[in-house]
Amino acid sequence: MTLAIEVHELTRRFGAFTAVDRITFDVREGEVFGFLGANGAGKTTAIKMLIGLLAPTSGRASVAGFDVLTQAEDVRRRIGYMSQRFSLYEDLTVRENITLYGGIYGLTDVQIRDRGTALVERLQLGHASDDRVAALPLGWKQKLAFSVALLHEPAVVFLDEPTGGVDPITRRQFWEMIYAAAARGTTVFVTTHYLDEAEYCDRVCIMVDGRIGAMGTPDALKRESGLATLDELFVRLARPSAAAPAPAPAIGPG
Amino acid sequence: MRALRFLLRKEFLQIFRDHVLLGMLLVVPLVQLLLLANAATFEVKSARLYVVDHDHSTMSRGVVDRLAASGRFIPTAASPSVANADEAMLAREVDVILVVPVGFERDLVRDRRASLQLILNAEDGAAAAVTQSYAGQILAGYGAELGAEVSPTLATVAAADDRPPRRGQPVIEVRRRGWYNADLEYRDYMVPGILVALVTVVGTLLTAMNIVREKEAGTLDQLNVTPVTRPTFIAAKLIPLWSLALIDLALGLTLAYFVFDVPVRGSLVVVFVGAAVYLVAALGTGLWVSTVAETQQQAMFVTFSIMMIYLLMSGLFTPVSGMPVWAQWVAQLNPVTHFVRLMRAVLLKGAGLADVTRQLGILAVIGATVMTLAVRQYRKRAA
Amino acid sequence: MATRSSALSAFMVKELRHILRDRQTLAILLLLPLAQVVLFGFALRSDVNDIRIAFVDPTPDYATAALRARFAGNGRFRVVGTAPTTAMIEPLFRRGAADVAVAFDPGFAERLAEGTPARLLLISDASDPNTGSRMQAYANAVVSSYQAELGATGRAVQIVPQTRMRYNPTLESVNLFVPGLIALVLTLVAALMTAISLSREKERGTLEILLVSPLHPWQIIVGKVLPYLLLAFANVVTALLAAWVVFRVPFRGSLTLLLGASVLYSMVGLALGVLIAARTTSQRAAMLGAMAGTMLPNTLLSGMIFPISSLPGWLQPVTALIPARWFIVISRGIMLKGVGLAYLWQELLVLAVMLAVLLVAAIRSFKPRMA
Repeated sequence: MTLAIEVHELTRRFGAFTAVDRITFDVREGEVFGFLGANGAGKTTAIKMLIGLLAPTSGRASVAGFDVLTQAEDVRRRIGYMSQRFSLYEDLTVRENITLYGGIYGLTDVQIRDRGTALVERLQLGHASDDRVAALPLGWKQKLAFSVALLHEPAVVFLDEPTGGVDPITRRQFWEMIYAAAARGTTVFVTTHYLDEAEYCDRVCIMVDGRIGAMGTPDALKRESGLATLDELFVRLARPSAAAPAPAPAIGPG
Repeated sequence: MRALRFLLRKEFLQIFRDHVLLGMLLVVPLVQLLLLANAATFEVKSARLYVVDHDHSTMSRGVVDRLAASGRFIPTAASPSVANADEAMLAREVDVILVVPVGFERDLVRDRRASLQLILNAEDGAAAAVTQSYAGQILAGYGAELGAEVSPTLATVAAADDRPPRRGQPVIEVRRRGWYNADLEYRDYMVPGILVALVTVVGTLLTAMNIVREKEAGTLDQLNVTPVTRPTFIAAKLIPLWSLALIDLALGLTLAYFVFDVPVRGSLVVVFVGAAVYLVAALGTGLWVSTVAETQQQAMFVTFSIMMIYLLMSGLFTPVSGMPVWAQWVAQLNPVTHFVRLMRAVLLKGAGLADVTRQLGILAVIGATVMTLAVRQYRKRAA
Repeated sequence: MATRSSALSAFMVKELRHILRDRQTLAILLLLPLAQVVLFGFALRSDVNDIRIAFVDPTPDYATAALRARFAGNGRFRVVGTAPTTAMIEPLFRRGAADVAVAFDPGFAERLAEGTPARLLLISDASDPNTGSRMQAYANAVVSSYQAELGATGRAVQIVPQTRMRYNPTLESVNLFVPGLIALVLTLVAALMTAISLSREKERGTLEILLVSPLHPWQIIVGKVLPYLLLAFANVVTALLAAWVVFRVPFRGSLTLLLGASVLYSMVGLALGVLIAARTTSQRAAMLGAMAGTMLPNTLLSGMIFPISSLPGWLQPVTALIPARWFIVISRGIMLKGVGLAYLWQELLVLAVMLAVLLVAAIRSFKPRMA
């Protein structure tokens, strides 16, 4: 069993503010790993360090077997990313976005064509494949972004709050797609602040003020804490810090 | 390299879908060129003259007549009061005041020398200097005329005077010739420069906005996570606008040739080679700003300021040789200076590739520097 | 009504804070214009110096040597070459290495001695007519003074003009450019920044929130625009200070009037920015509209560098549309001529009318969204 993600004492400071404080964890290949926490807990900062958008202040991490700091380009070839904020090109069509990212990741023209067609079919976007992405409703946009992130069949895919703002049905469809990807062997690292989604993950890690508050399978966590839902566990973990809120920094992690 | 192909396709698609951008890039400079081609000149058509004649002599009237006859001075008002003349000038009704003192004619006849006062409105600086030299020439000519009348046996020393003098008088006859622009057509000189200015402003601004816009939209992060290399990314940002700016320049030159009769005495190939190198330097500046700026507002403001420096200190509107030494060094670092020189040399003087190697070399160095700065500045990973 | 005005002031305070918080942009907005005024004040001159002169001397003799020495000794000229034929110095011109040339006809000194006209040809690179004729004039002056030395002085009749340059005795280029620079710089801050800021709010949708609030559209515009007015005013004050302290530009008229006119002009720029933002659909378009509309026309058609009287007849009325043109007349009038309201009321009125027109157009453009 190989480790898709290894993190050791990873830390990130912004001036006097510590956004991520010496976190350590592993993620196995093919796992669906959930990264939970309130807004500002450090989830996005952590993910950005793992995908090479932000340099760690200290500590190490490796993704797909490559060190994120020294072997960044190798990492990039093997990962997919879906950001919190929609980041495909709204003035390009669905097909054009697919072609672009397929080409950037080194897929052949044949591969682009075939995988693109399959993607469009799977998402039932056949009627809109030549429409500008801007015209799609939010739920479709999110699903498209997710699918594009998987287009080049990366070893690990990072999803930052992928279901923000979408309706419950779309949310269900999303998780079906996540499971399908995991079944194919893709490791899925997903952050969310929806505690019910945590139940869908193989293992979860709850971040509180930049540190790991709890980590384990959903069942194990519930058993150990004696609580019925992860929601209650989260509130209990978060409450001590709720009494003394940290001041928001000028340059925030976002 | 393959990634570059895909990125270029995306950039071109985005550009051609943005009709506003295309309009700004292609149409606006050309429209402005049509309007502004005639604007950049110091030529003084005629100056309104206020005559304060205290002498009331034949010769004082002769001065006024000569000035008026030249077409460059229009006697607009006259009175015995200098104060009134000052008022008129203050109110911008006249441009020049001529004050002829009492005894003007007497001094001329007796001493062969008399003075009068010429007061010019120097509010407009350059115009005043030009008017002054016109007046000087006219007065010198009149003096020569009078000299012949007053003592016809003496030789005159006027320029371009056809009459041979008597033996024994050394005379230098000066003929003048202006090369490359015999008709002193301001347009020939200014139009290429204005065209370059227009295309540069729009092109560089658009390039500067480009990367920052992706930063603000969030799509830059998505690209940063991919294996696209930095040089590839920067090249993909440069090439589309670079090629469009080149086309723009070509259209502008066509306009200049057919509408304004700007000559094309040298090889257009040399012009376009120069343009290709120049645009890398100019647009590259915009790219570099784009990698440094955090918001579109910043990018735009900084680029605009750099553009002002590029344009005003390029010798387009004021001569480089008139600048203080340190400013001349700045002008040397300015790609606009060199490209304008190159274009003017080729179009107006028929210069060939060999004549402009210095300009091309400097442009290439500036271009390489700016692009390297842009690539180095662009970081996929924030520190 | 009380709620409205307190809402407005709360809004304005928020806008001001918003700008003050963005330190980097603020620094750029305050310092760059000042830096530009100083830079260009020093660098822009319309004088012609360092005229590079070449000689064509087929038969060198004492006279040609003497004339050549005169040029060499003259601070304005720099000798770049001598050759026996004209064809040989042509490449110098083509390369841009020479500005004027003096081509002596053969047997120069002999003819001088004989008393027959000794000919020379004064060649100038007229590709720049602006400087070409002036360089020629300077060269001709050197020749004339040499001739005056040689020949019988005092035989000719000389009318000597004593010239006085009013309002700008030393023909200091700086005195001319600085008012124009201030105009250009004010335009930048005012029109551009407002256009960008407003269209950014439009893009982000926050403007719609404002429009739904109890604030009247004109109050929103005023609130958004006021901080930039203050910025523009700060820019004017610093630029004028620089002009006075660094360049010693005269200040013969009323400072209050000048500041007032500057405020008025800034408001015109701001109104223009608001109008552009109202009419365009994206930040970029707003920026380009402001830029394309202001940069080159302001430089070329406002009278800042090139006199308006030099423009072709059909183009002169067009300049009336450019606010900078009026402001330059006003600022030059106050600074160089020391005139006051009595002489400048027409120009001020034009600016006021422009402001009114632009404001009305801007407010009208925002109104439909209320429906």
